[in-house]
Amino acid sequence: MSHTDTPYEPVFTGDRRAELDTIMSRYPTTQAALLPALWIAQNARGWLSDPAIEEVAQVLDLTPAYVKGVISFYTMYHQHPVGKHFIQVCTTSPCTACGAEDVVKTFLEQTGCGELGLTSADGKYTVIEVECLGACGFATPVMINDEFLESVTPARVGAILSQLK
Amino acid sequence: MTQPNVSITVEGRTISVAAGTSILEAAKEAGVLIPHYCYHPSLPVAGVCRMCLVEVEKMPKLAPACATTVAEGQVVHVHSPAALKAREGVLEFLLINHPLDCPICDQAGECELQDYTFQEGRADSRYEEPKRFNPMEDFGGDVLYVPNRCILCTRCVRFMDDVAEDPVLNVSERGDRAFIGKAPGHDLDHAWAGNVVDLCPVGALLSKDFLNKARAWELDRTASVCPNCSQGCNTIVETRDNVVVRMKPRPNDAVNKHFMCDEGRAEYRWLNRTDRIVHPLIKVGSEHREADWSVALATVVSAMRTRPVHVVASARQSNEALFLLRRLIATAGGRGVVRIRDEGPELPLPGVPDLARRTERAPNGMGADLLGFTRTNDPLATMQPGDVLLVVDEELTEADCAKAREAGAIIFGGTVLSAALAPDTTVALPLTNVAEEEGTFTNLRGRVQRYLQAKAPPALVRPSWFVWADVLAGLGHPVGGMVPADVFTALATEVAPFNGMSYPQLGLQGALVSTEVTA
Amino acid sequence: MGYPHRSHPRETPVLSAHFGDPDARSLTGWRKRGGYTALEQALAGEPGAIVDVVKASGLRGRGGAGFPTGVKWSFMKPGDGKPHYLCCNADESEPGTFKDREIMRWTPHALVEGVAIGAYAIGAETAYIYIRGEFTEPITHVTRAVEEAYAAGILGANAMGSGKRVDVYVHRGAGAYICGEETALMNSLEGKRGNPRIKPPFPAVAGLFGQPTTINNVETLAAVPHILTRGAAWYQSLQLASPKSVGTKLFSVCGNVARPGNYEVTMGFPFGEFLMDLCGGAPPGRKIKGVIPGGSSVPIITLDEAMVCTMDYEGFIAQGTMLGSGGVIVYDDAQSIPKMVARLARFYAHESCAQCSQCREGTAWSTRILERIVAGQGTYADLDTLLDLADNMTGKTICVLSDSCAAVVVSGIQKFRHEFEALIPKKQGTVAVAAD
Repeated sequence: MSHTDTPYEPVFTGDRRAELDTIMSRYPTTQAALLPALWIAQNARGWLSDPAIEEVAQVLDLTPAYVKGVISFYTMYHQHPVGKHFIQVCTTSPCTACGAEDVVKTFLEQTGCGELGLTSADGKYTVIEVECLGACGFATPVMINDEFLESVTPARVGAILSQLK
Repeated sequence: MTQPNVSITVEGRTISVAAGTSILEAAKEAGVLIPHYCYHPSLPVAGVCRMCLVEVEKMPKLAPACATTVAEGQVVHVHSPAALKAREGVLEFLLINHPLDCPICDQAGECELQDYTFQEGRADSRYEEPKRFNPMEDFGGDVLYVPNRCILCTRCVRFMDDVAEDPVLNVSERGDRAFIGKAPGHDLDHAWAGNVVDLCPVGALLSKDFLNKARAWELDRTASVCPNCSQGCNTIVETRDNVVVRMKPRPNDAVNKHFMCDEGRAEYRWLNRTDRIVHPLIKVGSEHREADWSVALATVVSAMRTRPVHVVASARQSNEALFLLRRLIATAGGRGVVRIRDEGPELPLPGVPDLARRTERAPNGMGADLLGFTRTNDPLATMQPGDVLLVVDEELTEADCAKAREAGAIIFGGTVLSAALAPDTTVALPLTNVAEEEGTFTNLRGRVQRYLQAKAPPALVRPSWFVWADVLAGLGHPVGGMVPADVFTALATEVAPFNGMSYPQLGLQGALVSTEVTA
Repeated sequence: MGYPHRSHPRETPVLSAHFGDPDARSLTGWRKRGGYTALEQALAGEPGAIVDVVKASGLRGRGGAGFPTGVKWSFMKPGDGKPHYLCCNADESEPGTFKDREIMRWTPHALVEGVAIGAYAIGAETAYIYIRGEFTEPITHVTRAVEEAYAAGILGANAMGSGKRVDVYVHRGAGAYICGEETALMNSLEGKRGNPRIKPPFPAVAGLFGQPTTINNVETLAAVPHILTRGAAWYQSLQLASPKSVGTKLFSVCGNVARPGNYEVTMGFPFGEFLMDLCGGAPPGRKIKGVIPGGSSVPIITLDEAMVCTMDYEGFIAQGTMLGSGGVIVYDDAQSIPKMVARLARFYAHESCAQCSQCREGTAWSTRILERIVAGQGTYADLDTLLDLADNMTGKTICVLSDSCAAVVVSGIQKFRHEFEALIPKKQGTVAVAAD
């Protein structure tokens, strides 16, 4: 949940700043640390807010517009807040051929999200269709935050959701 | 180090160009325009619009002419069936999401999407699906973004990244959802940002100032030089019905490439000022009366017959006018000074060497220097009591005006006669502004550049040089010649740094004076 | 090898020999299995010698293009005074392909060793392993392997005591198929949008950070230690059909098949036997209708074509398709090919980087037409339009994403036109459902 009226807490302090410094030492340019820096910021805050973008830009000597352009290129960076459990179901052709559409439908029903991309009323879930997760032989792969599940069927959805806290 | 030359054949014409030249630029030299959108000679090559695809013999695929360098013996077919089909395809793709709102689009008439579609596009569209829609966005500064018309050529982004070096624009999202974006709170307010509007080949980036003011085809266009500072950016003055509606950069690689600053663009407004004198005025008692030129000139001539002249000239005056004022000084005795407004900071365009909005806020300070005018911040300091004070297009301060009363007579020539000077002015002569006359300026690097008359002056207003020629004739020293070109030829003969110059020699790109000019 | 990991007797497990064996993941486990002897041997010799062995082995890039690896390495000029870089392309995103994922999950040290050898061979002191962001598990395993290798002195300023520097870093992607294209990968690594670059300049001249760079696929690099320890002749000998296609190849099999998973076979293996014997054919009660043999970007072929095909670069080309990344997508008779084509076109439209006009607009337009056809609102003219758009999208852009989308559409319509036509409303507005 975001509280826009509370003052912004910088991401890159203490351990996170140290982690970023270590990462930056691996590249000849500071800009190369942009994707890693965005990962750190997103992991810390759940999504990349405008103040977070400003901070990343400032830390890496880039402009916010530049950083935004990069963020919006990559599907895994959240430009908006998402549910606590961000559920990505692969529906690219091989998975669709193996019934992925029913898996999506079941997630949408059982999470109460109703529609793709919407967050459930309790803020717990967001379900999206994702393009190829690279586990086509284990249809249907589903990612919930950083957790990677294989061979998900509609029948398994209930049990999967009940394990999410 | 000069590059060796490479010989290539474009559409049957064999030409020799420097190695490293792109096929697109080489074709230009052969007189063949290869259609293109993302390519721009003053920006880094992107090679993304794929409009400039041409067939090159012995190459397996069509080549992007902007991103392919010439090779010896290359044979290029711009209008082969394969190349035409590829470009027709690009045009169709670019148009599927582009609204056909040309009737209300400011770019209509100067739109490269219109032009190339007219030239090479399909007669119909096969697109039957809904068009993408995104709302308009105010980018700040003078720029409005209409994403639906955008063809993602990225010229604007590259300009801000690589030329302005202020990356406030980006390409956001990807695929056909992509658009040009900016970050909240970071506007397009760079001093040179307005160039993105000119760079945009379609109607996606618009000038708020020019919005819905005129149709492109109603405009008359005149080559000119920006009067805003000593850089002397080459411009096009655009008028409609004798009103200047827009000023745009005119390419000159030696001065401003394809660019001009936003402040310069806004300069067009005072070219339309109406609070100016449009008839000669003569002081009768305590008030000024409108007079005929012959009467006004006779008054001026008679004043100058008997007294030396102290000329306070504006550095916005042309070389031609300053030259004749110099002759006037030689004839009547006296001296000439200029006061140049120097206001910082300098606003450079980092990506172009030696291009900046200069702190010297007049186009012809260098011309005044070369023509013997003395720079001063106290323009009346050297005036002797009883001198004829001739103020040419310069505004005097209150303190100056007090001192001016020591003059034997005050003659003003210019556009706006200030309230402070008016009560003591004997004769006021209405002069043209830069859009209303022809002439030359000498920029800070000593480049002499022509500007042409863009509109007719109002009422009895006359060009400055013309008036001083008449005064000289009245003093018995006729100038000879009836046009600015003749005056300039006389100048070039008489004033050493200009030796050998003439209007034909200057052309529209200008030429450097012969003496070394110190920055 | 189906799932779970149980090798089929007709496979030739080299890279996959330890798949499914968690003990092989650790440095100790990997060393027990002969790990890092190849690197030690490599570091003791001259870089040029490694390049020669790899050249002689006939190893070709396993990422899709099939360019000879040794030749690629030889483009990196030694002693040019510039920093060289090796990028390992672990951005496995081609639909139907999930082989690199298995290498990284089960034998991360095989990759780290291959990367270190590759880096040394091309004169690079720094190598980056660019792993797609979704591969959280492979990232964990490879990162751990790199840490173990540093701790053991295998990597770093004095790699395996050789006095030579080899640094290896893991770089996580963030969700973009196109970053698997080598120049897009370099842009992404540099902290930019993953836009493919215009070539030339080629990466070996001006690549990552503008310096000479080589980009190799995970499977390619993982094969290198085996080639060094067993010799080029051994690798060369692994061929069943064409001398130009040697070694083993991991094929990922997915879609409507009885036993999906990764299979490692010798180049030139008969495709028909592969599909029917190793993979078990279609699921029970079904028949295979079409196969995309090399990841979604290569043309689809019919079962008849697949049955006579050999599994190597030349064999697939002979059937009008390509080996590509080795991702075999199988569709059975319950699937609608138009729907599958529409779904793949949607993938490309989603992944287009937005640079080239043809790709940005063409992939999206093709998708919309296809989805309309699938919804029963297509016309015969739509099919002609799709084919012509595909022509306008082929061979005209910076990279081949646009071409890939076009290939799927064209091959789908050419091979299964009747299915598309069956979806087009007839005069009375009735819709015939595709039935096979």
